[in-house]
Amino acid sequence: MTTLFTILFDGVAYGMLLFVLACGLAVTLGLMNFVNLAHGAFAMAGGYICAVLVNNSGWPFFAALPLAFVVSAAIGVVLERALYRHLYARSHLDQVLFSIGLVFMSVAAVDYIMGSSRVFIKLPAALEGQFDVFGVGIGRYRLMIIVICGLLTVALQLILARTRFGSRLRAAVDDPRAAIGLGINVPQVFAITFAFGCGLAGLGGALSAEILGLDPYFPLKFMIYFLIVVTVGGSSSITGPFLASLLLGIGDVAGKYYVPKMGPFVIYTIMIVILIWRPNGLFGRTAAR
Amino acid sequence: MTTLPDVSTDAIASARWRPGEIAFWIVVVACGFLFPSRYLIMTDIVRLALFALSLDLILGYAGIVSLGHAAFFGVGAYSAGLLALHGIINEPVVALVVAGFAAMVLGFFTSFLVIRGVDLTRLMVTLGIALLLEALAERFSNITGGTDGLQGIEMQPILGRFAFDIFGKTGFFYSLIVLFLLFLLARRIVHSPFGLSLRAIRNNPLRAAAIGIPVNRRLIAIYTVSAFYAGVAGALFTQTTALASLDVFSFERSADLMLMLVIGGTGYLYGGLIGAVVFKMLQELFSTITPQYWLFWIGLVLVVIVLIGRARIHRWALWLPNLVIRQFAGRRAVVVVPESDPS
Amino acid sequence: MFIRRQLLLVAGALAVAATVPHARAQEETVKIGLIVPMTGGQASTGRQIDNAIKLYMQQKGDTVAGKKIEIILRDDAAVPDNTKRMAQELIVNEKVNVIAGFGVTPAALAAAPLATQAKVPEIVMAAGTSIITERSPYIVRTSFTLAQSSTIIGDWAVKNGIKKVATLTSDYAPGNDALASFKEHFVAGGGEIVEEVKVPLANPDFAPFLQRMKDSKPDAMFVFVPAGQGGNFMKQYAERGLDKSGIKVIGPGDVMDDDLLNNMGDAALGAVTAHLYSAAHPSQINKEFVAAYKKAFNNRPGFMAVGGYDGIHLIYEALKKTGGDATGDKLIAAMKGMKWESPRGPISIDPETRDIVQNIYIRKVEKVDGELYNVEFATFEAVKDPGKTKK
Repeated sequence: MTTLFTILFDGVAYGMLLFVLACGLAVTLGLMNFVNLAHGAFAMAGGYICAVLVNNSGWPFFAALPLAFVVSAAIGVVLERALYRHLYARSHLDQVLFSIGLVFMSVAAVDYIMGSSRVFIKLPAALEGQFDVFGVGIGRYRLMIIVICGLLTVALQLILARTRFGSRLRAAVDDPRAAIGLGINVPQVFAITFAFGCGLAGLGGALSAEILGLDPYFPLKFMIYFLIVVTVGGSSSITGPFLASLLLGIGDVAGKYYVPKMGPFVIYTIMIVILIWRPNGLFGRTAAR
Repeated sequence: MTTLPDVSTDAIASARWRPGEIAFWIVVVACGFLFPSRYLIMTDIVRLALFALSLDLILGYAGIVSLGHAAFFGVGAYSAGLLALHGIINEPVVALVVAGFAAMVLGFFTSFLVIRGVDLTRLMVTLGIALLLEALAERFSNITGGTDGLQGIEMQPILGRFAFDIFGKTGFFYSLIVLFLLFLLARRIVHSPFGLSLRAIRNNPLRAAAIGIPVNRRLIAIYTVSAFYAGVAGALFTQTTALASLDVFSFERSADLMLMLVIGGTGYLYGGLIGAVVFKMLQELFSTITPQYWLFWIGLVLVVIVLIGRARIHRWALWLPNLVIRQFAGRRAVVVVPESDPS
Repeated sequence: MFIRRQLLLVAGALAVAATVPHARAQEETVKIGLIVPMTGGQASTGRQIDNAIKLYMQQKGDTVAGKKIEIILRDDAAVPDNTKRMAQELIVNEKVNVIAGFGVTPAALAAAPLATQAKVPEIVMAAGTSIITERSPYIVRTSFTLAQSSTIIGDWAVKNGIKKVATLTSDYAPGNDALASFKEHFVAGGGEIVEEVKVPLANPDFAPFLQRMKDSKPDAMFVFVPAGQGGNFMKQYAERGLDKSGIKVIGPGDVMDDDLLNNMGDAALGAVTAHLYSAAHPSQINKEFVAAYKKAFNNRPGFMAVGGYDGIHLIYEALKKTGGDATGDKLIAAMKGMKWESPRGPISIDPETRDIVQNIYIRKVEKVDGELYNVEFATFEAVKDPGKTKK
């Protein structure tokens, strides 16, 4: 019984991590209708920034995390202004070509600068190991992930639902022309949103180095996972991707634990079944855009 | 009903062979004789071209996007491999057709899953199917050889006469002939009334349904045909390399395929062929110059292509050939890449 | 028109070149086609081998027996059909005298028929499945086989009071080799396997598998994951508290690869593995090798680097022996039975199987001067590949 809870706990942590990594993509793909396959590259950037700061410059881990966010967001904003914004109106195929190109470049560039070996971030001792709560093994690091990601999710939900910026964003997405007419600076809203999504990915990348492993092929390896989260979750709100991440995380971990030989089947089967049952995702809007 | 004759004459006119097309095939065959030391890479390109042609049939003509086309490629590859390995069908040509049919059956059954939903859903469902198959192949490693792939495949001579040689000459001409025959068939299909109805569906499924085209049945049909093509491409892969390993199902294979087709342009059959040539040559060039960092330069090329615009690049690329064609065959014969993207 | 004529000339010349069978022995350069994964998940293997070869050629010069050695590097991304095509093109077009590298077993196997057909030696510098050398009389291996280290750790475990073992191995040929040979020796000695998990090769998260290990409460866990994944594995091993619950890691040394070991953290301390090479191997040759490698590439060499270093050494020595004659049969004959002192210790090429015979060391991870090292404490001398001696 206690094992079940441990599995559940691990699954939730893994899911939360996927959510932070992928929710930026949910925004660009779902809300701005831009297929940004390069999303993982921003996550990788965050991870490497954190690794360099902690390992080489001796920063404390918790100080490096926000910086991973900030720098990734900054890279995001620069790229958005310089390149991405020209492609919002282009066909999806162009966007795929472009963003895959960016992924290739980032992979090779990081390989060139940082080398191809896996990189690990030196963690503070407080985050290592596991402690028992009524026999359920709780990993400290995973607990931290759940806390950070949980807080982020709540904050995101509040920003989107309660703040002025949130309502502007929703307006800009629902009907950009009307939004412009109402005096909303739509390009600016999009740029800020994009950067924020990249920042979250960067933070996720820094957090995930410990669990998923960080090497130059990160964006390619996890692209599929991000896409699954976004398509299964649907794109109308962040609730969908959030639940999809949890489902994917728990399904993956439980599948590997209980039927280790069938591990990969579990996720892909869940995904196909859900997409056939609800082609627009769990929380998709029904009207095709 | 007065417009009907116009539509048909127009269709017939567009189905006619153009000088540019003839020139294209002459150049292709000539390459086979001009570069005898490069058969292997050219075989690779021919296989990819067939594979890309298969994707073009559904993407360019029916508007179905797929990120999992390697599923059919893989089924074809493993079928051909298993047939040869266990000596069930030793004749490569027969085995090729059988492997194609195996992929076709899979295509037929999965088509019901794919025709539902919007672009993104289709992308993920097709991708999911390919990944599932990859996991299956890994799981049943007693049949497929798992991560190590099928070992010890030995190919019999084609039609009992032409043995596969180390230079890859037989393999190249064999692949090229298969490509050409299937290209002819594809050409026939897309210019038939069936093909025209597909284009109607791509442009507007609702309107197509309204004028009485059975949308779903047509989509299932073309998806199945496309699966056959991909299966044949996969079988060619196994037969010319005597290898079949898990990576035939890989996401990278499907993704590269998509890149090739998009570079070459969709919806005019030659896009996949040209894309395969361009993509593979670039890859070969860069990876010879810098084996470590060639991905960077490929990526840069992709980004630049998009920023300049594919339409503009196509015009530039065709400027010289068209200049020549205009000299010989007049202004009307010039080659144009149609810019039609689904989505 | 002029250009076209030139093209034709070039093409014609190529055609002639392709049909003339290798007039190699007279040529002044010896070409070595190095096919390794330089991109993709296995990239670190290729990098280490490439680095080691560069280092060797810096140290020993690029001429041997009057021949200039030329390395032609190709990236196969560990995809076997790439390997095969590149090997074929290198043999046919570049007229290489030796093909070398091969990061993974399928890649090595894919090139085997070509080696036989073209009578070109294939030097396997990384891939570690037993069957490889049986696939062509032209294959020589300078890396290792998994059976070598796995049988020995199996024997060692029984003798050292380990009764119950849970296994975690990657699900592909080397992993299955490792598991089978370990099991055979461990169970024969009276040990018990309480849990057996095969993990997929491409694996993001070990957590659930590790939980299974923990729940089966073994004395130790036998681990094989390919080079490069060991770091992640150990991190999660520690995170799950397996080090605290007294479950030791044992296995072939791949999991404790030297190039990652120092980043694994203190959880790795005390892990006992059997392997062919440790950067802490106490010999003068090794000290110099490690120092030179560190200086050149700013990293510790792992066992893949040693495989490459010995591979190129073998080619050099074979050329010396044949007096610069680089025909395939002569080279292979020269390589058979060759003995030398490598950074890993004394090694030789088995004249029967063309596989490597080497010492296998039992090592324990310890802290030396603040860094983690595999410190050797027992040696099994001149171990042949048990995967073959069986038959």
